[in-house]
This record gives sequence, C-alpha cells and structure tokens, in this order.
Amino acid sequence: MSNTATDINQTTEQTGVGHLSVQHVGKVYDPGGANVVALDDCSLEIPAGEFIAVVGPSGCGKSTLLNIMAGFDSLTSGSVLLDDEPLATLNGSLQPGPDRVVVFQNGALFPWKTVLQNVVYGLLVQKQMSEQAANEKGMDLLARTGNLDRIAHSYPGQLSSGMQRRVEILRALINNPKILLLDEPFRAMDTVSKTTMHRHLLDIYDQYHKTVFFITHDLDEAIFLADTVVVMTTRPGTIKLRLDVDLPRPRTRETVLSERFLELKQQAVSAVHEEAKKAFERGERELA
Amino acid sequence: MWVGYFVTIFAWYACVKWLPVSAFQRLPDPLTVVIEWFNPDPDYGLSFFTRDYYLHIWYSTYRATTSFVLAVVLGVPLGILMGWRVKVNEYASALLSILRPIPPLAWVPVAILIFPGSEPAVIFVTFLVAFFATTMNTLLGVKSIDSDYFRAAECLGAKPGDILRDVIIPGALPSIFTGLQIAMGAAWFSLVAGEMIAAQYGLGFMILESYNLVQYPTIVIMMVTLGIVGYASSAVIRLVGNRLMRWRAQSIGLAAA
Repeated sequence: MSNTATDINQTTEQTGVGHLSVQHVGKVYDPGGANVVALDDCSLEIPAGEFIAVVGPSGCGKSTLLNIMAGFDSLTSGSVLLDDEPLATLNGSLQPGPDRVVVFQNGALFPWKTVLQNVVYGLLVQKQMSEQAANEKGMDLLARTGNLDRIAHSYPGQLSSGMQRRVEILRALINNPKILLLDEPFRAMDTVSKTTMHRHLLDIYDQYHKTVFFITHDLDEAIFLADTVVVMTTRPGTIKLRLDVDLPRPRTRETVLSERFLELKQQAVSAVHEEAKKAFERGERELA
Repeated sequence: MWVGYFVTIFAWYACVKWLPVSAFQRLPDPLTVVIEWFNPDPDYGLSFFTRDYYLHIWYSTYRATTSFVLAVVLGVPLGILMGWRVKVNEYASALLSILRPIPPLAWVPVAILIFPGSEPAVIFVTFLVAFFATTMNTLLGVKSIDSDYFRAAECLGAKPGDILRDVIIPGALPSIFTGLQIAMGAAWFSLVAGEMIAAQYGLGFMILESYNLVQYPTIVIMMVTLGIVGYASSAVIRLVGNRLMRWRAQSIGLAAA
C-alpha cells in the first residue's frame, strides 16, 4: 500500500533528502532601468531535516529568496542546489513543484473546494493515484492531525484562519515534499491562534521531520520554532547573522522563559534592530 | 414591499384622475389597465387570454435568449483568454475598447445592411451589448483572482489545463455571473429599442404599435410584462449562479452568523 517515494511516513532523517544549498545567490530587478538589488551574495547551507527561520526587516528580500527556491522567480547570480541537484541556476530554474510546496501568508486554500478536495489536490493533479485512494489518504492524514476529518467536507470559508492554515500545511505535506516553504504563514493571526499554530506546526515537524524554511518577522516565533535563525540585512539582502538555536526539543511553553532563550533573543534582537533602523531611515516599503 | 406597490399605484391613479395636469389626462389609469389585461375579450386585442399576447412574449424572449446565449458562448471564453494570456489581451483590448463605447442603437442601420431581414439584425444588436458586458466582467473576474492561488496550484503540480479548470473558472465565476446578469439586463434594454425600430412582433414592437394605434392601456400592459419577463430572466441566472457557487453561500452565511 505504501509507495516509498510518496509515503509521508518515512521521515526525512531516514531518507536524507531536503538538503538545500544556497550559493552566492543574487537577484537584481530591472538591471537596465531601476536596478533594484533585492539579494546580494546570499549563502546558506540547510542540512536535511533542519528547521530554519529567516527574519529581517521588511523589504530585505526574504520572500524573494523563498520565491527563487519555490520556482516563482529566477535568480540573476549564484545557484541553489537541492540534494546536490541544481534547483535554480543562471541557466534556468526548475518549475514550481510538489517537492517544495509553499504555504502562503494570506492563505491560498481554494475557497471553492472542500477541505478534503484541497488536501488531495496535489495527489490528483500529479496523477499519482485514483480519486478514491487519494481521498482515503487525505482523510487518514486529516484524522491523524487533530481529528480534522470532522471538517473534511466543509469549505474554507466556514473555518477559522487557524484551521485554514492547518489544512493548508497538510495540503502541502501530503505530497511528501523535500522541503516545506512557509512565507510568514501566521502573520495575519492573533497571538492566541498563533501560539496554537506553533504547537501544531511543531507536532508536524517532530513527526515528519521535513526540512522547513520559515520566513517571519516575529523573533520570538523564529527562535521558538527553529534549529537555526538567520537574520538578513536590509536591501540589498544578504545574511547578516546565523544563530544556532540549541534549545532542546520538544519545545514547550517553558522554553520561551528559559535563560538560553533570552540569550539567543538578545543576540538576534540587536542585529534585527540595527537593520530595521537602516531600512526605516531609507524609507523602504515592503516589496519582497 | 406591498406598501411600496400600493403607494405607486395610488400615485399613478391620482396623477391620471385627480390632478388637473393635462399631460396626464391622456394616460390610462391603473384600473383600466387591469381590466383590459384580465379581459377575456379585450378592447384592443391583448390580454392574458389572447394568443397574440403570448406570441409577442415568445418573440421577445426568443430574441433575448438567443443573443444572450451567443454572447455567453463567445464572451466568456474570450474574457478568460484575455485575462489569462497577456498577448491575447493586448490584441483584443485595442479592438474592443473602440467598439464598446458605440451605443447599441447606432449599430442598427449597419446591422440592417449586413443581415438579411430584421430578425437577425435585432438579434445582432442585442448580442453586441450582451457580449461586451460579458467579456469585460469575465476579464475582470479572471484578473481579480489572487495570484497566490495560481502559485499554490503550480507548486502542487498543476498543469495549465488544471489551472484553467481549478483556479481560473471557479475563481472568475462570481464576476462572470455578475456580468451575465448585467448582460441580460442590457440585452433587454437594447432589444426593446431594436424591436421598436426594426421588428414585427415582440413586446417592444407592440409598445410602439399601441402608441401609434392609440391603444394606450396596451402600452402599460406590455411594459409591465417586460418588467416581469426581464426580472425572471435575471432571477434564473442568479439562481443558476447560486447553485454553481454554493461555497460562496456557505462562507457568507457564516459571516452573517
């Protein structure tokens, strides 16, 4: 019944996939005209199964980097390798695909499809299995993740934003991606919902151990969730600081209050504020 | 709702019978109209009981429906293509933006010259109006779809055909149906004018004919009939739309609750 290539029950650590190598990536918009340098010589090694959070001031290029990884945008210098295979190079980038599914900031569940139809969409459109098999797999995943099978036939418009986001993450996860790309997924949510979402995301991470590339502007969130926190500079964006978050897993409510957490936060805060001040003074608007 | 109707009819009656305004004296009063409309043997030949009444309704409805269906069959695909593919939009926009502002009635002489006979000419003019409304609203509908939906579908592995079926059509459907209702209303509008000028039979034709033959109560009967038929056609479209877009009703319901 289980097909190794698509079985999400096989954790990333076992298979060793999802190693991202960002090498001197640069992105210049409109080189002949406005010449906006969004990214400049970004280099980053993300081992398989790592949870990496990227923070930085608005407009620093975080989303640009994600878009390049996802295949929505191309780079103008450098390269990105996924498991030592070229993902984005000067010669061309791979089209967006289910090996690196994105979860979007404002939520992109199809409002005209039910929860179940959304979740199995990738499987059906890639023609991996019959509709019945896909629905079974979808219901199974929904049930295992907090009894979400009870909302399987609801439309996204009937759900809270927290529920929607959870479903969207499952829609991505069911395709057994090599990496999960999350672009400020919890930005538009209130604090209470956010805390709940952190719990859900970490549960999924602890269980499936996918490589996660998580963009946020919330430092607490970044340090709480990730193994590595990367601070980007303001435009042109490059890597300013890389923090090793050596907090034990599973992360709990007490983690946020620990001394180590505060130490890490201190290091990150000064870096972020420095860049934020520069960005503010230059009057940057969010473009990334 | 009934209060509104009552007041309107009362005001109408008052204007015709009681006000000393000579202009209103020639208009028929509500009572005369109703008596004529329900008369098995009407003075002027048209009532619920005469065959000709339904003949005129049939002609007008047939013309409106034909032009509407043509407009949808041509306009929706064109609107989708224009919204989806930039090149198509460039070529088509230039042409459409010049043709669209021409008022429908201005097309009547050209239509009569091109088409053999008044029937196709009237349908053509009505079609044009409905076509432009449909195309524009479809185009806007496609453009208004958040690009994140396209990206989500792409990274899940959707091919262009899948995107058309799973993102573009459902995403644009609300705007398309708004456009269809507008198109239906516009179609009736230009149809009546077209009938007055160039047709035999039909509600619009009968309105002008009744005026010429000094059969004033019939004018009102035709007008009210037009209102009913026009409303019914829009209602049908709205109902079909609600059926196709049940997901919308669900979320709006939640917001209201």
